[in-house]
Amino acid sequence: MRTLLLAFVALATATPALADAPIEMTLKDHKFTPAQVTVKAGEPITIHLTNKDATAEEFDSSALKVEKVVAGNSDGMVRIRPLSPGKYPFMGEYHSSTAQGVVIVK
Amino acid sequence: MLATLVIVFREVIEAGLIVGIVLAATQGVPRRSLWVSYGIIGGVLGACLVAAFAGELASLFEGSGQEIFNATILLLAVCMLTWHNVWMAGHGREMAREMKAVGADVSAGKRSLAALAIVVGVAVLREGSEVVLFLYGIASQGGTSQSAMLIGGALGVAAGAGVSALMFLGLLQIPAGKLFSVTAWLITLLAAGMAAQAVLFLQQGGYLQVLQSTVWDTSWLLSQDSIAGRLLHTLIGYSDAPNGAQLIAYVATIAIIMGLTRWEHARHPRGNSIPKPA
Repeated sequence: MRTLLLAFVALATATPALADAPIEMTLKDHKFTPAQVTVKAGEPITIHLTNKDATAEEFDSSALKVEKVVAGNSDGMVRIRPLSPGKYPFMGEYHSSTAQGVVIVK
Repeated sequence: MLATLVIVFREVIEAGLIVGIVLAATQGVPRRSLWVSYGIIGGVLGACLVAAFAGELASLFEGSGQEIFNATILLLAVCMLTWHNVWMAGHGREMAREMKAVGADVSAGKRSLAALAIVVGVAVLREGSEVVLFLYGIASQGGTSQSAMLIGGALGVAAGAGVSALMFLGLLQIPAGKLFSVTAWLITLLAAGMAAQAVLFLQQGGYLQVLQSTVWDTSWLLSQDSIAGRLLHTLIGYSDAPNGAQLIAYVATIAIIMGLTRWEHARHPRGNSIPKPA
């Protein structure tokens, strides 16, 4: 238990790894802009999501294996692991009728 | 209203299945309902706090606060589940045999209940904070009328609780002698799935970025978006495209729990015996 806690402290004080240049994405009126991004296969990507709505949204994708809550009028980094070529849809879970997008990996 | 119902149902069932397993695993233990209630109440309060401070939480650890938090509480739950299973290996059979009659080892039983109450709390907190954020969002923008939202939310809770109750009642159909070994396995797989999920959160937070490539992809067979896929994800940690680090965490958790369980068995040879002849 104690070693686990120590491991956590070590993890928490380390700096999180960031991919080179994050992809800028905005959420407004529960829609993503751009709603489609194209990236290279085999490279980790980071999406910097700016939520311009007043309410929180969860960037959610079972295909990308990522779920991240971004509070209203706030922003957050969505880190995505290296992917193989294909189409990976994502959505804003709280407004999935409009908040839809896709990551295309080539 | 339908959107509210679906989301609330999904989150409630995910927490509810875990509560169902905990209830089945503690069948016959005095005052377990009280402890499970503590877990649920603590989880709901925690969910409101997490939702209220979502922005502040996220900004910790250079923007990875949410991921660190999720991974930490999941690993806490993994430790508590492990502890419970190991404790049961030493005392479980005695307990099943004697506890109702003599209340043997009640204080140790209480510790195990406290561990499981924490597991329940973590499950409710994780799913509950999403529900709170979602409902708060709907309420503040006022697109759907408040009453429709309330009805949708209430139906979602009822449906989620209903399905969870069915699973719990199903588990109780297992003969008492076998129930504890079934729940021990369920708890082991639950813990393994949570450990794999914690690894995913750490990777998403920018840590532990090793062995990240997908090892296999079974989304064609059972998508994690389907209801069955979601339920299996909650129960046994099913992932339709796991990566290497997740698989290692999954297998290692099972191995550690099994190893500790055998060790504890060996320390309590009599606790493991067939009921004493009268």
